Parts: sequence; C-alpha cells; structure tokens
Amino acid sequence: MIGAADDQLTIYERSKPGRRAFVAPPLDVPERPLDELLPPNLRRAEPPRLPEVAEPEIVRHFNRLSKRNFDLDTGFYPLGSCTMKHNPKLHERVAALPGHAKLHPLQDPRRAQGALELMWRLQESLGEIAGLPHVSLQPSAGSHGELAGVLLTRAFHEDHGENRTKVLTPDTAHGTNPATVTMAGYDVVHIGTDEHGNVDLDDLRAKANDDVACLMLTNPSTLGLFEPGIEEIAEIVHGVGATLYYDGANLNAIMGICRPGDMGFDIVHFNLHKSFTQPHGGGGPGAGPIAVSDRIEPYLPRPQVVRRDTDGNGGSAPYYDLDYDRPKSIGRLRGFQGNYGVFVRSYAYIRSLGASGLREVSEVAVLNANYLLARLRREGVLDLLPAAYERLCMHEFVLSGAPMKRELHIKTLDLAKRLLDFGVHPPTVYFPLIVDEALLIEPTETETKETLDRFAEIVAEILREAREDPDVALSAPYTTPVRRLDEAAAARHPVLRAPL
Amino acid sequence: MAEPSYPADLLYHPEHDWARIEGDTATFGITWYAQDALGEVVFFDPPEVGITVSKDESYTEVESVKAVSDVFAPLSGEIVEVNAALSDNPETINEDPYGQGWLVKVRLSNPSETDSLMDAETYEGTLS
Amino acid sequence: MTRYTSATDDDRRAMLAEIGVESIEELFADIPDSLRLGRPLALDEGLSEQEVFEELRALAARNVSTEDEVSFLGAGMYDHYIPALVDSIILRSEFLTPYTPYQPEISQGGLAAMFEYQTAISELTGLPISNASVYEGPSAVAAAGYVAKLARGRERFVVSRGVHPHSREVLRTLARGWRMEVVEAPLKGGVTELPELDQGVSAVIVQQPNFLGAVEDLSALSGLAKHAGALTICSCDPLSLALLRSPGECGVDIAVGEGQPLGNRLDYGGPSFGLFAATEELMRRMPGRIAGETRDLDGKRGFVLTLQTREQHIRRERATSNICTAQALNALAGVIYLSWLGRRGIVELAELMVQRTAYAREALQAVDGVSLLHEQPVVREFALALEAPVDQVIARCREQGVNPGYALARDYPELGDGLLVAITEQRTRADIDRLVKALGSAVAAERTGSEVRA
Repeated sequence: MIGAADDQLTIYERSKPGRRAFVAPPLDVPERPLDELLPPNLRRAEPPRLPEVAEPEIVRHFNRLSKRNFDLDTGFYPLGSCTMKHNPKLHERVAALPGHAKLHPLQDPRRAQGALELMWRLQESLGEIAGLPHVSLQPSAGSHGELAGVLLTRAFHEDHGENRTKVLTPDTAHGTNPATVTMAGYDVVHIGTDEHGNVDLDDLRAKANDDVACLMLTNPSTLGLFEPGIEEIAEIVHGVGATLYYDGANLNAIMGICRPGDMGFDIVHFNLHKSFTQPHGGGGPGAGPIAVSDRIEPYLPRPQVVRRDTDGNGGSAPYYDLDYDRPKSIGRLRGFQGNYGVFVRSYAYIRSLGASGLREVSEVAVLNANYLLARLRREGVLDLLPAAYERLCMHEFVLSGAPMKRELHIKTLDLAKRLLDFGVHPPTVYFPLIVDEALLIEPTETETKETLDRFAEIVAEILREAREDPDVALSAPYTTPVRRLDEAAAARHPVLRAPL
Repeated sequence: MAEPSYPADLLYHPEHDWARIEGDTATFGITWYAQDALGEVVFFDPPEVGITVSKDESYTEVESVKAVSDVFAPLSGEIVEVNAALSDNPETINEDPYGQGWLVKVRLSNPSETDSLMDAETYEGTLS
Repeated sequence: MTRYTSATDDDRRAMLAEIGVESIEELFADIPDSLRLGRPLALDEGLSEQEVFEELRALAARNVSTEDEVSFLGAGMYDHYIPALVDSIILRSEFLTPYTPYQPEISQGGLAAMFEYQTAISELTGLPISNASVYEGPSAVAAAGYVAKLARGRERFVVSRGVHPHSREVLRTLARGWRMEVVEAPLKGGVTELPELDQGVSAVIVQQPNFLGAVEDLSALSGLAKHAGALTICSCDPLSLALLRSPGECGVDIAVGEGQPLGNRLDYGGPSFGLFAATEELMRRMPGRIAGETRDLDGKRGFVLTLQTREQHIRRERATSNICTAQALNALAGVIYLSWLGRRGIVELAELMVQRTAYAREALQAVDGVSLLHEQPVVREFALALEAPVDQVIARCREQGVNPGYALARDYPELGDGLLVAITEQRTRADIDRLVKALGSAVAAERTGSEVRA
C-alpha cells in the first residue's frame, strides 16, 4: 500500500542531494583559504551524511511522525509512578520569554538576578513542601537526584571517619534505586515487604547495622501505600547512624498534608516532571532537585544558589548569587546550574496553585485513585484483577492480573495492548516486581470523574470480550499505526541507525 | 519448546539448571522452566574456557528482552568447552534447552556433589 | 477547585459515596496524626494566570539576555540561531506531552525520531552506535568514564586540562565513588600533552576543540591510549564536527558532547542534551535509551526501545547507568535542527564560523595589550591573553553593550588574565568590529588607570 509505506520513510529516505532548508548568511569578512585555517590532516574528507530536505518536507515528516504518537493532551494516561498530570499551557509562554530562554549560563550573576531569584524562590518553596530547608536544584532528573543523595550520604559518613559499604532498598523499589546505588560504589541489600504491603520491619531490624550507609524509601511506596510505621523505620535507621533517603516520585499523594522532613528523612528528591508539571517530552527533559537536613547541608553540590543581604557593591537590596565557597561539597554533578527551563515552568506552577492549591492536588489525586479503584470493583474488574493489597490506596494502586491469566488466558500485557484500541494509554505493567502480572494505575488529580468512569467501563468491556474470545486481546492492538513489534529480533540483531 | 519437559536422564539444581553426567565431565544448561520464565533469549556471551566454576555460584548470565538472569553451576569444576554457536543463535536456548541449547561442558572436580542434586520427578515437584 | 482539577462538590459527594467514606480526610487515615503538617504550607496563595505571567515577565526583565547585548560568551553553550520550525514541531502536543515510549505501538513518532537522531549523531561522530541522548555534556563525560571502568577495569583516568572545567569536576565527583584516581594531563602550547601511560589507565579523556578553542590531534592521542590498552573518550562540539575529522576516524572509542548548539536554547544552562556514541564493542554497555528498528506482526517497519537489559528498569543493580528520564525533546530539537542544516548546510555554517573567527582573532590580536594565548588552529572559539585585569576589562566592555567573552582566571589561574571569545553565525562582522573597538578601548583605559564610569 503506497500510503502506508510512505508514512514509514525516515527523513534520510526523503532526502535528495541538493535539497536544503538552511541558507547561510552571506560571508561578510575577507575569505581566507580553509587549508590555512584548518590544515587538511585535521579535516574530514567528506561532509557527514545528514538529511537533504527543504523546509516543507521537514515539517511534513515530523508532523506525520507526531500523529503516530499517543499523548497526554489527547487522552487518559494512567501510567503508575509517572504522575501524568496536565501540562499547563502558560508554562511554555513564560519559558519562552527571551529574558529566560536567551540567558547564557555564564552571564554575570549581577545581570541574571531574575533567574537567580527565581531559582532561590523555587528552592524555598520546595524546601517548605519537603519539610527540609536546604535545596539544590542541580540534578538533571529523578535518578540523578538519587545519585546525588547517595553521594551526599557517602560524604557525610566519610566526614565522620566512617567507611560503610551497604545501602538498603525495599524489593518494591523503582529500578533506578539499585542502579544508582551501584553507580555510587555501594552494595545493594534488599528489604522485604510484609503481607500488608509495608516494609517488613523485622527484616529491616535484622539488616540494619553500622555497615549500612542509607535506606532508600518511597512513601507512599511504589504499591501506592503509605508506610504507617515510617517513624519507627526512621528510628531504626538513624539508630545505626545511617541516613534516610526519600524517593520523591510519589510526592503527588501528600503535598500539604505531611512532609518527608517531618517523617525523619534526611534527603528528599523531587521529580519536577512528575508533580510539578514539566512536560515529559517523550522521555525528558526533567529535573531532580534535592532537599536535605541541616546535617547533610555542608555536602550539597557546588555551586549553590544563595541570597545575600547585599551585592558587596554598596547596594542594599537582597542579592542572589552562585556560591562556590563550599569546602565540604561533593562537587559538581553536571555543567552550569541545572535545567533552568524546567525551573521556570515548575515555579510558575507553584505560584499558580499556592498553598491551598497544592494541598488540593494531593487530596484530589488520592480521591481520584480511590474512586477509580471503587469503580473497577463495581464493574467486577477486581474479581479477575484483584488489588494487590486490600486497603485504601493513596494516589495510585496495583492490581494483579494473575487470576485473569488463569481464568481468561490473557495476561496483563494483552490487556494493555487491547486498551490501546480504546484510545487510552495503558497503566504501568509488570511493576512493582513483587506483584504477579502487575498493573500499576495512577489517574492523577487533573482527570474528570467521567474519564475515570469511562476507563473502568473499558476495562470491564475488555474482560467480557476476553471471556468470549481471548484471541481478540492476544493479537491486539488492531487500530494503532503498527501492531505488536518483534522486540526479541531488535535485541538479538540490533539495527540502531539508518544504513545510508 | 512449547510444552514443559524434564528429561529423566538429567540431574537438576533448585536454581533451574540441569547437568548431564558423562564420566568425569558434565554438560550444563538451563531448564524448560527457566527459559519459559525468561522469555525469548536475545543474548548469551559464553564464559571462557579454562575458568573454574563452583557449585551453587553464578558463572554467567542469560539475557532475554525483558530480563537478565544469573546461571548457576549445579556442580564444581573447570570449563573445557563452551557452546559458541549460541552467540549467533541465542534463541536455541528456548527451542532446545536440553540439546543444542547446552551452555558449557565442565570437568568435574568433586563428582560426589551430584548427591545433592534432584532427579527429574523431584525437580518437577518443586515447580508450582 | 484549581484551574487544573475538575472535582466539583457534586463529583466529590458521588465519588466518596462510591468509595464508601464520608470525607476525603478519611482517605488519609494511614497517616499518623503525629506526622500531619496541621497547618497550611508556608507559601503564598495561588495567583491567576495573568498574575503569574506578569511575575515571570518581571523576573525575565531583570536578566540580561543575548537580545540585550552583543555577546561573545561561549565556553560550552553558544548563541546560535534556532529556526522557527524547531519550536513549531517540538511544541506539538504529540511530542511535548507523552512519556517514555514503553508502549511502542503508540509511540512510533518518538521512536522513529530517536532512530533518526541516532543516525545523525553516528554520522557526525563517525562511530557506529549512538544512544538516544543523555542529560548534557559534562555528565556525559562521566558516564563515558563509567563505561570505560566497566570495560577495562583499571584504576585510573587521565583527563586533559583542555577538557571543560565542569566536565572534569563532574568526573572527579563520581570517580570518588568508583574508587578511581583522576590524573590531569597538562596543556602545552594550547594542546594536550599526555604523560607516559602505564597499564593502569582505563581511559584517556580529551575534548575537541578543547576548552581554549584549540583543535587537538585526536589520532595521535588515541594512538598513545591504545598502545597502553586504554580507551579514548572525546567530548566534542557537534557543529565543529562538520569540518573536523570525526572522532571515530581518529580512533576514539567513545564520543560524547554538549548538544545545546544543535537547535536548543541557552535557557541559563539547561535543559539541553548530551550526545553519546561508541564503537560496536561497547554497544551492550551503553547507557541511556536506544531505539532499534524491527517489524511488527504484519511485517511493517517499526521502532522499539531496545537493549533494555542494560537499563535500570530491568538490570537494576547491574545496570550500566541509572537513567530513566533523559532528554528526548531536546534530542528531537537536535535532529530537526540537523535536518534543517542538512549535509551541505552544516558545512557552510561551520565554514562561516571559521572565517569570522579567523577575522576576529586576527583583529583582536592586533589590539594593543592583547595577544593570543595559543596559536593552534581553531574553529569557533579562541583564547586571548590581556595585559590588564580581565574582570575590569569585561566591565568596561559591558558599558559599551558588548559582552566580550568568558574570563579564564577562575578555571585557569595559570593563564593570568585570559579571555575566551566565541563566534557564532549570529555575530556579524559589524558585531566583531564593535568588539574589537570596545576591547581595545577597555584595555587601554585599564592600562592608563582611568576611572570606570558608574
């Protein structure tokens, strides 16, 4: 079919020698022989084989590609653990203001006071939300913030003359946690989960000793459940002199209601691309700022954004500055100051919502999740996909597709693929690992009741369909631009670029 | 291989590995249960000939699209041969886990270790 | 109700009834009273959209951007012209708002774009395998170091002093956790002078062009590294690769770099993206996401995230990196920009920069009290030595509406009053003439000790 094949061409296949979109400004300086300026032995013989297309083809090509994507602006996206909430449109307008967008990172701080003040105010706001006063905006994403947290822990222990080797994480942890631990040079030790879905306190007590540097925890957990024993957990961990690290991926459940700092955490990271509406962009950018307690503050990355009473030049107004004078700092984690464009959007969000608005976010996020769970129960869905733990959830919940697999002979994966035909993005599948055939659902607070009702009805419909004919789900999807793809072939014989 | 199969002439280790004893050497591989849990195998990098393996310890990995799994040695000894063909066709481990999908051959250093392995019936009984 | 939530009083009543509780408060029963905040957050109340816009506009007005002065600041991020079509494409909902492509059937747009991006980076770097982006330049250097450590297992890195100061700092921060030693190789005459390498080096790390703008002899450097069994890692400026011999051709094993010059805003330092490409041998150790081509069950061409067993969500503690969210939208801007420049265009752009840079360098060198810090070939950036305090000179130039460049003193105290000057296609001859004049008068004024005007 000509239409279908044309739709799948790469931009290289649309290229033709001589086509171009870019026209260089004219040379306005005397031209010198290139060989004199860059000796031939340093130069490439052939230009890189980039596409050769004019503007209309570029626009058409990427527009067509875009239509092969499902997106949050178009439909429901209940990806557990990802907090796919609406991205306010104001944010693109403010991020594009030239004073923000065209500011060079090495501009003199005296001429970047707007940027530094914005960063400082964002720090203060995040610190208040976390209940921990000292914030660094430097890490580039959540997992980068985790790395910072573990490195801060190392610096803290070394500064106290200790050489601990282990970090504890629950077996429900997001994969970035153990990966981060290894990258930071520690060994991972897993803590079990009890039958209520909480950290197994006995297992924790058995494994917490003075060789443990840190316990990394999410609260609510990746099962969407609050740890009622968190104060005792903090006591156990602090009792052996270890730090307590909070993975902020699930902050959407508790803003304005309780704070990780008050629970006893030493270090918290935020995912600005989760609770704070930075658009996901198909896989980034994000940002992963961290907030820490007094005892961890000396080790924060360099530079820190600070507010001084004066700019040292006789001015009396507060002066915002980059502070490099931090002798115990772990150093830098990236270039320049961090993902400022993301800070602009997150700051606009916090200013838009304010204290009550942020609290409302968490209240409605938890309301929506519990409502969706109840609706699924009413539709009979939970008979085949029971909630992994029989209790009220927080902002997300986990179902297990194991009974569905036994009785209807379709797996969580097949349910997910069939959902694609109904115009919704599937929830997260096969995570957390401790739940068999897991389905992790997080509606977020920006969805209407009608959307949640519709989703429950769709899932019920798919199960009814499967009872009659499991093959429908097994070969789904049918209406998407491509159907199930051969991932094994892609991994066995990787083709990672166009051949040209 | 579509249907579960646990040949009677093999010995089995709780971590889902099998051993075929041939005099003072043995061939190792992973069981039907293991390859089924892994899914389609996409990559296998054989260990080097000459290295020592120890009973109950991991000596290599098998990768599928969705998982990486340690492979445990059912018995101790020295690797004398590896199945190099698996580098090009790792899916053989799924198709023929007990035949062409063998992983390594080992000269046993402690043949009495076989006492602690299970027979096919016992092993199959541990699977739920 | 905020403007982003829809739960009316009626909705709430119905929902609470369905759940079987009396109030939202009951849903938080698991949270002990002792942990309740019990007061509103100490933040201002929310503002209307109009008020928020006004506040962000007022903050922007207190920043001096590249629209407010003629800027020659570079040092890792550059004021290039970004064509209108980049924004018109990346701001589309379908690219801006989805998550990482875990369900490939409905993510073909993003995955195809990653595949095209990987192809372009592979072409620029001359290395066969590129990933779909990492965070940015300096952390990419450290990520490459981690790969080298896993691949070679030796205890030392040798990094050139010509590598960006931020990259060297990040490497040091992370190397501590890996128990790796970082040794610095000095610059001589503006280019890297490698010490004798023994068998204890996992990787030699250099930058092209280096931080002082000089073009390094990558082939010679990688040859020395190979001889010692070490990998060569090179952090490259992607636009310079339009003209320079590719790192792959020069024997480099891993090419990384800051992607901001490719269609991304300055944004006060981020977000941008890091490029990361390597040899076939290192494919299964690459960090970050990678898109691969395959077929669907009808035989149609399609793309998926592949080699996922390297990644955190599968391999967990044995992952080669911990990256989850990366920089997909910024990499998309990058591939759109590279498609816009095209094969001929990127060469023309680079040649324009080379010519203007040569013109600027010659004119500035002729100014009294200004000399070149080195005489190496350069592409789009070069270093000057001033016979006057560089901070004061910069202040005087600013009064003339010109930002002459980056003061090297903090990062390279041994170079005295050094200034790094960057030229992009947006700096015209008239701009450069203005720089020459401003710098000339600033240096002269400093040398004669005249007053700085307030």
